[in-house]
Amino acid sequence: MDINKKYTPHSWPDHPETATMEGKNKFVGFWLLLAAESVTFASLFATYLALKDKGPSGMEFTAAGLFELPLVFAMTMILLTSSLTSVYAMYHMKNHNFKSMQAWLAVTVLLGATFLGLEIYEFNHYVHLGFGYTNSAFSSAFYTLVGTHGAHVLFGLGWFIALMVRNAKRGLNTYNAPKFFLVSLYWHFIDVVWVFIFTVVYLMGVIG
Amino acid sequence: MSSNAQKSGFGATIWDYMTSVDHKKIAILYLMSGGLFFLIGGIEAMMIRIQLMKAGNDFLSAGTYNEVLTMHGTTMIFLAAMPLLLGFMNAIMPLQIGARDVAFPFLNSLGFWLFFFGGVFLNLSWFLGGAPDAGWTNYASLALASESHGIDFYSLGLTISGFGTLISGINFLVTIINMRAPGMTYMRMPLFTWTTFVASALILLAFPPLTIAIFFMVFDRLFGSHFFDVAAGGNTIIWEHLFWIFGHPEVYILILPAFGIFSEIFAIFSRKRLFGYTALVFATILIGFYGFMVWAHHMFTVGLGPTANAIFALATMIIAVPTGVKIFNWLLTIWGGSVSFATPMLYAVGFIPSFVAGGVTGVMQAMAPLDYQLHDSYFIVAHFHYVIVGGVVLAIFAATHLYWPKMFGTMLSEKLGKVTFWLFFIGFHLTFFIQHFLGLMGMPRRVYTFGADQGWDLFNAISSAGAIFMALGVIILLVNVIMTTVKNERVGNDPWGDGRTLEWAIPSPPPFYNFAQTPLVRGLDTYWIEKMEGNKEGMIYAEPLGDIHMPNNSFIPVVMSFGLFVASFGALYHPDDLPWTVPVIVLGLLITFGSMLLRSLKDDLGFHVHKEDLIKDREGVKTDGHQ
Repeated sequence: MDINKKYTPHSWPDHPETATMEGKNKFVGFWLLLAAESVTFASLFATYLALKDKGPSGMEFTAAGLFELPLVFAMTMILLTSSLTSVYAMYHMKNHNFKSMQAWLAVTVLLGATFLGLEIYEFNHYVHLGFGYTNSAFSSAFYTLVGTHGAHVLFGLGWFIALMVRNAKRGLNTYNAPKFFLVSLYWHFIDVVWVFIFTVVYLMGVIG
Repeated sequence: MSSNAQKSGFGATIWDYMTSVDHKKIAILYLMSGGLFFLIGGIEAMMIRIQLMKAGNDFLSAGTYNEVLTMHGTTMIFLAAMPLLLGFMNAIMPLQIGARDVAFPFLNSLGFWLFFFGGVFLNLSWFLGGAPDAGWTNYASLALASESHGIDFYSLGLTISGFGTLISGINFLVTIINMRAPGMTYMRMPLFTWTTFVASALILLAFPPLTIAIFFMVFDRLFGSHFFDVAAGGNTIIWEHLFWIFGHPEVYILILPAFGIFSEIFAIFSRKRLFGYTALVFATILIGFYGFMVWAHHMFTVGLGPTANAIFALATMIIAVPTGVKIFNWLLTIWGGSVSFATPMLYAVGFIPSFVAGGVTGVMQAMAPLDYQLHDSYFIVAHFHYVIVGGVVLAIFAATHLYWPKMFGTMLSEKLGKVTFWLFFIGFHLTFFIQHFLGLMGMPRRVYTFGADQGWDLFNAISSAGAIFMALGVIILLVNVIMTTVKNERVGNDPWGDGRTLEWAIPSPPPFYNFAQTPLVRGLDTYWIEKMEGNKEGMIYAEPLGDIHMPNNSFIPVVMSFGLFVASFGALYHPDDLPWTVPVIVLGLLITFGSMLLRSLKDDLGFHVHKEDLIKDREGVKTDGHQ
């Protein structure tokens, strides 16, 4: 593979993410990693469900009393939208339109950062209510599950930014196309996990 | 450019191995460090047997005994058996499928160094205030009450090495899915490749629950969470579930590659195609599949209720079916074959009755009511040593003899090999067979001593005597390794004379690019087919000779792993109110994520081996037998 080869939209392969052997390997390997990540989050969800509302005797916090949907719903919409904008970015990647791709990736990063900011605000709010990490088994399980997701968001943002800055001057080639593709795949995965968190933690929590 | 470089000298060799991304060198690293941990775990086993050789012995104190038995189990499973098997997978699997390296050579190196630093971190506990003492299963109810930092060494060390194993698992899966040579369809893959494939899938799905359980343990002990703290609403059974959701597949992660190794041996040394290849493949897949549905049979006495116990009992018994299929296929491979009892074959033949004995006691324990009697007794100890030693360790020894010439280009002494086999085999049965009866007589596992009036003296003394034979066997194996290395008599491509698969068609050891030309595979046992048709070269090629693309060496994996090693020290001492712990955690994570970023930003395109060099190499191989 020649990294200096210049592509035009015409010579650009249909599937640039799997146009090279390295790309094919990364593609399969990343899907497998997502399988492992799924089991990771499944373990966290199972633990959360087992420990929901459990605490020392006399604990005042319950999911139904604590969680409020409006902010979390806004966060959900923001993260879902960021998944959509990353799809637009990949659409332009496949058409070898580097500038549009970068622009949509920038929108994705902004939305992701907004989500993360709101999550920090939410955690901060709970902590001020006295629902800290060490409060109870419930709080430990809640912060570990949602916080692990938040850490994934943070990692994803760093990954997006690193790739955008690194490739800003040289544009797309078959060496970095798989990298952009994988980070967007990762972003979708984080989004799916959040849909489960929204459902299992917040919706089911508020219903009681 | 590792292998082409004309560097020599000790420092240069060390540097070469620390930066190498060559699967064959990484295999040697796994073999050496896994072997070292095997010796450490073996010394711990000997200490256990010395302590138990007579009633009321005071060789070890009760507390030290707990540490020794915990470290014996943990070291043998995580730091000896698995890395040794990963070593053979690395050394052989890419050769068997006709690949020039694994799919992700960089990650291969990273996987090794994570395992290595995790193992070192765990063993540093001996010098830094005491080893873990809650058993290798580390049940939360015990572990939370342990006062020294031993448990934290266990948690953090296994987290690091667990990441390494997960990475290796993904790497092998992608390698087998994407890197097979033309014609190497799934149903033409050698059995060792198949078992590597299924074991890697198990690693992929089993290690995350362990990582999560260990995270909970780290948070509970070091950062004040309450996952397992019953007073604050926690639940210790969560640890048991997550641990065994990992722990049961883990034993198949160990035994399936062992099955693969023995399958290769039976075919080679019976000079016959494997009987029932297809059945063996599907049995492997089935065992892997069922392996995830039986974890609660480790928890029959927890009180999950009769329905749960009945379901898990049945699921457990079903596993005996595909395992039995395999046993019969191996027997029928030997049947009517032209059998030669070389050292690997001795191990393979010794494995069958040993492993069947371990399997039968396993089915006994699958009966939940009987398990209430057997649970936590020496019967259990006897059972799992029969499957792990009688299955996995025999396979590792067999593979050491079988693949040593392929990895190092020289044969281990057959004479000493047979001495090792007989000493180890007799010692193994002497040590563990009698422990069944100790268990039935009521001796609980994990006790540091027993009274003279309990009637367990004689059997324990016999068991301890057996352990000495095993130790002698291992010492003779080491002597064998040293003597062979000193003599260094070079061997050709197919030193056993009856190799059937692609790894025997190329020089021993292979050139760093493995195959100058990618082979074309025409069937199962492809090298055998070519030999039978009189093809002197041993293979036909799928491509003309041309330039080969190879990956660059890298020092980043060592740095990345070292960062986690540093961060773990910060986390470990975090509850002690020391001022430096948080900065050390941050520093360690910066090292790790910084090197990850560097890896992402710096283009690493590899290099090309040119056609002219390949031709020179090939002629070199022909004239002096090795390069």
